[in-house]
Amino acid sequence: MAKIIAGVGSSHVPAIGAALDNGKTEEPYWKRVFSGFDKSKEWMAKIKPDVAIVVYNDHASAFSVDVIPTFALGCAAQFPPSDEGWGPRPVPVVKGHPALAAHIAQSVILDEFDLTIVNKMEVDHGLTVPLNLLFGQPKDEWPCPVIPLAVNVVMYPPPTGHRCYMLGKAIRKAVESYPEDLNVVIFGTGGLSHQISGPRAGLINSKWDTAFLDNLSKDPKKLTRIPHVEYMREAGAEGIEMVMWLIMRGALDDRVVEIYRFYIVPASNTAVGHIILENRLHSAKRWRKRNGLPKGQRPMPVKKRRAAAALRPVLRRGAR
Amino acid sequence: MTKRHDYDDIPGTFVFDAERSRQGYGINMFCMSLMKEENRKAFKANEAEYLKKFNLTPEQTEAILKRDYNRMLELGGNIYFTAKLGATDGHSFQHMAAVMTGSTQDEYAKMMLAGGRSVEGNRSKSGKDKPSKASSGKTKAKSTTLTKRK
Repeated sequence: MAKIIAGVGSSHVPAIGAALDNGKTEEPYWKRVFSGFDKSKEWMAKIKPDVAIVVYNDHASAFSVDVIPTFALGCAAQFPPSDEGWGPRPVPVVKGHPALAAHIAQSVILDEFDLTIVNKMEVDHGLTVPLNLLFGQPKDEWPCPVIPLAVNVVMYPPPTGHRCYMLGKAIRKAVESYPEDLNVVIFGTGGLSHQISGPRAGLINSKWDTAFLDNLSKDPKKLTRIPHVEYMREAGAEGIEMVMWLIMRGALDDRVVEIYRFYIVPASNTAVGHIILENRLHSAKRWRKRNGLPKGQRPMPVKKRRAAAALRPVLRRGAR
Repeated sequence: MTKRHDYDDIPGTFVFDAERSRQGYGINMFCMSLMKEENRKAFKANEAEYLKKFNLTPEQTEAILKRDYNRMLELGGNIYFTAKLGATDGHSFQHMAAVMTGSTQDEYAKMMLAGGRSVEGNRSKSGKDKPSKASSGKTKAKSTTLTKRK
């Protein structure tokens, strides 16, 4: 049986891609952004997913205003990087997983989510920048197949947060009914607060972003009730991209383990947010493996762990 | 634009909704055409002539010729599309953002480095200027996460 083991939230700022492609990662301005993803790359290298589902949006690259699908699932064998005006990004072609993608499409459509199936599509920075942030810059190929799920957040109205969350649940059900043993990681991308259009461009709301990340981790249902107008008012007209993170969150357990978080302002015009959430069962399995414990033993509860840490001699950095 | 929407109350923002998408189809398809080098050349050679192919209203044509980005948004342009026009002119995105906000690129860059434009005083035209419940920062979840992340 395939299963979703973890979720990753990440911004997909185009300037991050440009900094990578032009070798600017060591410049102080960019270093402070990229260093926030060092631990994430380590984590990703350790869990080695078999497939990644990446929820993202297209920015007038594959879709113009001729066709505007609300949810478009990439079922092709491969997705070339698109030319966004400066030539295609020098990243490997994204290989798909057509069998699992077709299975997901069939399952969620029967679950009443009317997806658009895309059998030919190019992918832009919205998808490739988060891949770089988590997988680094591989020369020849990405470490695992990727299933793109493009969401319309360009034309108002995008799907509601609740709809996104429920689609995440349907995707999880679909993945879990796939017969092959696959570990799947799901990405929610975009955001966090930013507005790049009109006289109010440049808006950033760190307080709102932090509350969003907190609730994403602990109380995602609260986020599903946020109306679109509030996203736009508080997090900027383009901040509405954050609904895509709820697809990722919906595909995880109700209670998750927050592995890592990173937040920095700004990269270009945007507040960069990043979070890694693991499903508990998987997290416990990894914990047992790390500590060489037998199957069945559960990790110590947080309270007990803290009590044990308090008894230990004071060696921890920063402890007084 | 006849019907009023809740988001019309957000200051300095043109929401690209289905109505604007219908109105601005020509603007956005014109911008999309600039993805091709030969079209960029043709546009640069004679801007007014090139624009005739896209069934634009006189206001839309004027906004494009004058590079009035806010007006383009108001008449149905979308920022991801109009950005292609900026790129054709050889401008960075930050230059366009500065133009739209009525500041110099230097001022705009400084504002971003200092943490961006504050939401305080920028939420609403009608005076609904207090943070929403979800962003109050006093949520229970926040305090628990802070302790947990130690």
